[in-house]
Amino acid sequence: MFSKRKISIICLAVSMLWLADGCKKKVPAAPPAQPPAPIVTPPPPPPPAAPVIAQFTAEPSSIQRGESSVLRWEVTGTVSSISINQGVGTVQATGNSRVSPTNSATYTLTATGPGGTQTASTTVSVVTPPPPPPPPPPPPQATMEQRLSSDVQDAFFDYDKSDIRSDARDALTRDAGALKAILSDFPTAVIMLEGHCDERGSAEYNLGLGDRRATSAKEFLQSLGVPGDRLHTISYGKERPQCTEQNETCYQKNRRVHFSPGQ
Amino acid sequence: MKKPKKLLAIALALGGVLLVVKAQEHDFSVIITKGERPAIAVPDLRGDAQAQNFMGAFNSTLWSDLDGAGIFKMAPKTLYPTTVPQLPTDFRTPPPVDNTPPARGRKKQPPPPQSGGGLWMADWSGPPPQATYLVMGYTAAQNGLFVLRGWLMDLRRDTPANAQVLGKTYIEPLDEAGAQKGAHEFAADILALFGAKSLFGSHIYFVRKQGQNQEIWVMDADGRNQKQVTHYNSLSIEPAVSPDGSKIAFVSYVHGNPGIFVFSVDPVRDLRFYNQRGASVTETPSFTPDGKQIIFASSSGTGHCCRIYLANLDGSNMRPISSSSAIEVEPKVNPKTGAEIAFVSGRSGPQQIYRMNMDGADVDRLSDGTGEASNPAWHPDGQTLAFAWTRGFATGAFNIFLMDVATRHPTQLTHGEGRNENPSWAPDGKHIAFMSTRSGRSQIWSMLADGTQVQQLTTQGSNLSPVWGK
Repeated sequence: MFSKRKISIICLAVSMLWLADGCKKKVPAAPPAQPPAPIVTPPPPPPPAAPVIAQFTAEPSSIQRGESSVLRWEVTGTVSSISINQGVGTVQATGNSRVSPTNSATYTLTATGPGGTQTASTTVSVVTPPPPPPPPPPPPQATMEQRLSSDVQDAFFDYDKSDIRSDARDALTRDAGALKAILSDFPTAVIMLEGHCDERGSAEYNLGLGDRRATSAKEFLQSLGVPGDRLHTISYGKERPQCTEQNETCYQKNRRVHFSPGQ
Repeated sequence: MKKPKKLLAIALALGGVLLVVKAQEHDFSVIITKGERPAIAVPDLRGDAQAQNFMGAFNSTLWSDLDGAGIFKMAPKTLYPTTVPQLPTDFRTPPPVDNTPPARGRKKQPPPPQSGGGLWMADWSGPPPQATYLVMGYTAAQNGLFVLRGWLMDLRRDTPANAQVLGKTYIEPLDEAGAQKGAHEFAADILALFGAKSLFGSHIYFVRKQGQNQEIWVMDADGRNQKQVTHYNSLSIEPAVSPDGSKIAFVSYVHGNPGIFVFSVDPVRDLRFYNQRGASVTETPSFTPDGKQIIFASSSGTGHCCRIYLANLDGSNMRPISSSSAIEVEPKVNPKTGAEIAFVSGRSGPQQIYRMNMDGADVDRLSDGTGEASNPAWHPDGQTLAFAWTRGFATGAFNIFLMDVATRHPTQLTHGEGRNENPSWAPDGKHIAFMSTRSGRSQIWSMLADGTQVQQLTTQGSNLSPVWGK
């Protein structure tokens, strides 16, 4: 058995013989035409890595005018210069800068190195502050119903009577001015004069009595210049009492002419 | 035919007994029989297995119709014998009374029975029921129908065969309503023998308050079957019914100012009464006795409420009757004569009842000027008015009164049990529907025209202004 060493010695010897033979001067046979030697160009050196923009942000990205946003950036790789437009200028590879644009602006970071140029952009939106709330609308015009209830008083009557007693005369005299004003503010409206009664008389008779009370009040107001064609009468008799107790205080409250908006 | 003659004779005899009155004085016993009402026993009738289900409703209806008519003394059921004959042949003849003294030495005979346990006519005519009349019969389901055999026996007669004054078969639907209908018809036939009208089939129109609104409703004479007639969601008030019961008139605010409406009732349909434009109030319609015109109150023409007007059923040919400058409402034409009008007027101060001719002449005040009077309602006889009056009570405390128009003599029927208003005569001329607040809220009640047998007909909500029609 040959040892490994012996095998390697033998191999070395053989190869040395083959090499020695090659060195022998021999008259070579006419060589075939040599193929052109290939043109070897050296591979270009590896280009330097282009710079990498790892981060370029604006925080917050939306501001109101007058507020500021912070730009943050980080550039790696070989750089020769880094700059941000919009007046920020040349910066270091990592950094931040507070900006206060007056209008929405897009910031572009340009990183240049032997490996090339990279850019990244971030935008800071400038929102204009919301307009102030509109001035409150002018207070709405009082409805006719409100005007009637605040400016016009009921006229009250004696039991089973429809003539205008002195307190009703005073009330209606005051009412006349208010009614004229309301009718001129609501030029198409009519006003209902509702005649009401207390619960004691019969319902059927009271429908007539309420009608007479409303008519008396209307005639009195007409005599004071309130246009009669815009005053309509209706009797509710005792069907719509405003008070349902059985005493004179309550009965008196129900014996009235009341004013309401017409249809 | 023997029987009709016999029935007629009985009816005449009974009528004579019932209606004996001093005609000259126009006593109200013409309207209501006082004192001598015949006693009637009305034991519960029984039915076969199927018909028995409806006998509760049948027996209560039969009893209340006969009781409510106000012409009988109802013998209390607790006094009846234990055995109730169901048909005339169930009666037994009592054994002849043996007056011969028992023979000496012979064994004493057992005493003869003292009663038939219900199977002798004497068990009913004698104490304890002491009835003059007995209602008997039975019911059965046959071919899906409710069949009633009913008899009325006059217990004063000698034999069951002779005692039978009514014997009739009634065939109705086999349900509770059918059983009630049979009872109503049986009762109506019994009442007819005594010259009385059944109220079965008559209707009461009235007003129900529903929140701020009021609607017209209708119900049977006993308060059953209440149905809403108008759905205006407005104030609809003051119903009146035509003499034949086919139409109603009322007042509604649905178009603004109160105006008259005339409706047919079956089917319910607006017949279009044209109110005068510009009238601030048109109210209290009622029909003339011929049913062809409406008489009412309106502020039309004068601009002041109200004069009495007559018009056709559609509002045409409207013409004034009264000419007073006072409030005049509630005109009612005498149903018998058609020649005079009762109405309410304030012409002498507080509202009072007046009368006038159809042309407005001969105005007379009927109430005496005290208190306040309203709601005149003619009795079908045209001689008596029911109305509401505060005489003797505080202002507004109305009670129902009757007045003989000829003598102006008033009779008070209610006595301060709350407010009592809007009397309306039933077609039988014996009953009055009215509004009363005696139970708290205003409700419809009925009573006999002597103020007895007061019955509450409505319980739901607030109800008023009853008017009784056919």
